[in-house]
Amino acid sequence: MIKKFDKKDEESGKIAEFVLKQKVCFYLQARIFNETPINPRRCLHILTKIIYLLNQGEHFGTTEATEAFFAMTRLFQSNDQTLRRMCYLTIKEMANISEDVIIVTSSLTKDMTGKEDVYRGPAIRALCRITDTTMLQAIERYMKQAIVDKVPSVSSSALVSSLHMVKMSYDVVKRWVNEAQEAASSDNIMVQYHALGLLYHLRKNDRLAVTKMLNKFTKSGLKSPFAYCMLIRIASKLLDETEGGHDSPLFDFIESCLRNKNEMVVYEAASAIVHMPNCTARELAPAVSVLQLFCSSPKAALRYAAVRTLNKVAMKHPSAVTACNLDLENLITDSNRSIATLAITTLLKTGSESSVDRLMKQISSFVSEISDEFKVVVVQAISALCQKYPRKHSVMMNFLSNMLRDDGGFEYKRAIVDCIISIIEENPESKETGLAHLCEFIEDCEHTVLATKILHLLGKEGPRTPQPSKYIRFIFNRVVLESEAVRAAAVSALAKFGAQNDDLLPSVLVLLQRCMMDSDDEVRDRATFYMNVLQQKQKALNAAYIFNGLSVSIPGLEKSLHQYTLEPSEKPFDMKTVPLATAPITEQKTEIAPVATSKLPEKLAPSRQDIYQEQLAAIPEFQGLGPLFKSSEPVQLTEAETEYVVRCIKHTFAGHMVFQFDCTNTLNDQLLQKVPHFSYKTWSPRRPMRSYIWVIYASCLFAVSCTFSCTMKYLVRDCDPNTGEPDDDGYDDEYVLEDLEVTVADHIQKVLKPNFGAAWDEVGDEFEKEETFALASVRTLDEAVGNIISFLGMQPCERSDKVPENKNSHVLFLAGELMNISGIGAGKLALLKSQDRCSISSGYNHQDSSLHHMRIYQFNPIVLQSVAFGFLSERVNKIEICI
Amino acid sequence: QDTEPSLYTVKAVLILDNDGDRLYAKYYDDTYPTVKEQKAFEKNIFNKTHRTDSEIALLEGLTVVYKSNIDLFFYVIGSSHENELMLMAVLNCLFDSLSQMLRKNVERRALLENMEGLFLAVDEIVDGGVILESDPQQVVHRVALRGDDVPLTEQTVTQVLQSAKEQIKWSLLR
Repeated sequence: MIKKFDKKDEESGKIAEFVLKQKVCFYLQARIFNETPINPRRCLHILTKIIYLLNQGEHFGTTEATEAFFAMTRLFQSNDQTLRRMCYLTIKEMANISEDVIIVTSSLTKDMTGKEDVYRGPAIRALCRITDTTMLQAIERYMKQAIVDKVPSVSSSALVSSLHMVKMSYDVVKRWVNEAQEAASSDNIMVQYHALGLLYHLRKNDRLAVTKMLNKFTKSGLKSPFAYCMLIRIASKLLDETEGGHDSPLFDFIESCLRNKNEMVVYEAASAIVHMPNCTARELAPAVSVLQLFCSSPKAALRYAAVRTLNKVAMKHPSAVTACNLDLENLITDSNRSIATLAITTLLKTGSESSVDRLMKQISSFVSEISDEFKVVVVQAISALCQKYPRKHSVMMNFLSNMLRDDGGFEYKRAIVDCIISIIEENPESKETGLAHLCEFIEDCEHTVLATKILHLLGKEGPRTPQPSKYIRFIFNRVVLESEAVRAAAVSALAKFGAQNDDLLPSVLVLLQRCMMDSDDEVRDRATFYMNVLQQKQKALNAAYIFNGLSVSIPGLEKSLHQYTLEPSEKPFDMKTVPLATAPITEQKTEIAPVATSKLPEKLAPSRQDIYQEQLAAIPEFQGLGPLFKSSEPVQLTEAETEYVVRCIKHTFAGHMVFQFDCTNTLNDQLLQKVPHFSYKTWSPRRPMRSYIWVIYASCLFAVSCTFSCTMKYLVRDCDPNTGEPDDDGYDDEYVLEDLEVTVADHIQKVLKPNFGAAWDEVGDEFEKEETFALASVRTLDEAVGNIISFLGMQPCERSDKVPENKNSHVLFLAGELMNISGIGAGKLALLKSQDRCSISSGYNHQDSSLHHMRIYQFNPIVLQSVAFGFLSERVNKIEICI
Repeated sequence: QDTEPSLYTVKAVLILDNDGDRLYAKYYDDTYPTVKEQKAFEKNIFNKTHRTDSEIALLEGLTVVYKSNIDLFFYVIGSSHENELMLMAVLNCLFDSLSQMLRKNVERRALLENMEGLFLAVDEIVDGGVILESDPQQVVHRVALRGDDVPLTEQTVTQVLQSAKEQIKWSLLR
């Protein structure tokens, strides 16, 4: 049974390790356990081996383990202390792999109540590891005694074991609150900490009890720094939940901890204050100044903690950190590169435009030495900086392209590529340099995802640059050199050049011709398809099949196709039955902090609407409604702080509308019943309930704009807040909600058209309509754009929802699909601001509507219909758009 | 960062040798459920830390505090939201306890010869992810490792013979 020697062991001949590394043959070795008298040294040695091997990840079979376990129980006869302790460890390690571990219960119970203090604590912990709820009740008496034992190790062991048991046997452990309470006033710092932790876990669902507990401990004061940290966490959580103002005693307590003599507590308090939402600069100041002190600590961990927290502050309140700039500058040369990186990125956020160049130079000196996680942090800081100082984009772009050339993992490269893309989008003048850097990058890029992403971008942006031909070479190189996915993406990009640049078309066709001989079928298919579309030389075809791809929801398409295959029919599959993709939400600016990289493979997350579709489909009454057209954002029908909180989501179907009411009863002492449409279920406190109301349109209408007044009627049964037992009798009551409006936006689904111009041309000139509207109550172009988008519920395209600064006119591109009408509507809205210079001042006249003109000078009938129907209905006044 | 206040602080305690091989590893939650994932994580940690003696790092979204001595690398790992100084307290306690138990001789060979001491010490410092004790004096006291070998006079003749036999056997096996 001797395992092969490690090379290392052969060389050094270390007996100890050699012995440890052999796989124990339990049948032979465990025999030693049976020798009389017990030889503690040899037995200890074998137990050590077993634990060591388990620790190395060695696998033991159940029979083998059980055999050894049973043999081991005999060792309880020996009084050797270390041997006994190792038995406890073995029990814990083998609890999951051996059978019938509970046979040692009585031995452990004996040790936990015995005279040897050295045994008692570990015996409790081993016992609780193998025990279950029924057995826990049997030892309950001993546990209670142990919790209040005057020996700290016993008390701590009992408290921590109880904490582990809470998950499994909450009801039993709950009964030990009084003992835990007593332990909390122990002199021992660890006992105090563990008692506090257990008390909190038992009471965390009872806000009142937590408040009382906090009051008690913050007043009496604790000795343990660990317990203080725990108190600070509980206090800040409670502050957050109750939205308590910063004048609350809890905040005062946290602030007072900034003056604690233990650094751990001071840091915890500072970090708690920094993480509080809506902290003012004045409230942050004391926390920032202790963090500033920590910046010059000799302990690396403390410097790291301080600068990491300051970095967080800098994201929201850069000015609050400016005072630390000097200390942060000193950290740039810190030997711990993580600290140096955090210091620089913090400075980038707080520093002025003039310091940017210097800081960037400093980063480049050591960027190769830091881990990928921090490289990503640097890239994110640069990305934020570009938004702040757009004029610096050329410096940044250079820096980023250098980083792109260095070695690095996928996450790092992706961060850089994303950053460059966002710079290109924000600064049109940086487009050509950015594209050039990216072209260079894909020449030698091992990440398929990035290469395809860049090729897609080149296809979108390249044709619109002054010299589109220079990108063709880079793209065609991919077709020659790369994997299938990249080749296919390159073919698509080529087609876009051909569709948009007539002079390039002949050469593109030649290149596509060559791709038709590709070894991969996807590449061949794409090439053939594009080739044929391009040869037609029709703008509408190009727009529909080359620029703007499918606009349906992918999970929806999958489901519809699956459904279609289940029910064979003569009819061809109709794309119209597939729900539209909800417009991709513009990428959220990721928080500039190193985040945990998820280890799960990226999966296409179902959109919000796909989730609703699924929920509605599960309800038998709604089976025949067809595909869900659109789900609105939740509308609040009550104030935020009321007894009952109700929100509504409007689901639009063809000819129907379903209102989904999500209601929450915030009262602990009431049970509501017979809420209409709640199927007579009881509505318990704090649990949201959902009800649906189904409305069918009159047949002549295809869309409606109107108001519903809502009242909730129900039966109230008061209940005991402690036990939750409701009274037998109840009374009827009702509650008036705010009105629910059905608007134009509910009937229009957003559709993203990456190439708006092409989509516009696709609709054709004959539908164009030009009208002028005046928006009386809107003051700025930004506001006008925002209002129009939310009123029409259409998707802004080509970033036209961002109004450049200091402009008097703006063109907004909107795309959307109106329910029941085939085809996509597109609206091009030219917004003009009057030349009147003092217009934004108070001299603004409501009667004079000349301030803002919304000139809908091109409109196809679908949109016009919807706009007109919106404008002409009574809702117009509410939306405050006047004709 | 709305994490529930909790006593569960430590995600793992690791000791690696100067080749990055595992000497001791205890994981307290399911961040790395399989041995394969654990070993990969340990490899990554070792590669990122063995050249620099910088005490703290952020790896795979976790805060890692570490310390090296001769041919040993000690790591304590917690969530990135965890108070770094708490993790540091655990690391220091572990190192100081071992240092006392091994009589300042904290190196690979001495540790391998006293594995039971290490097992018991870690068991006293962290229990299921909860910091059980942070004072090295207390830990050493509680581990109460038996001092030197049992004096010869207290051993039975058979025991002496047995151990002599064993030693001869090992020296032959080498």
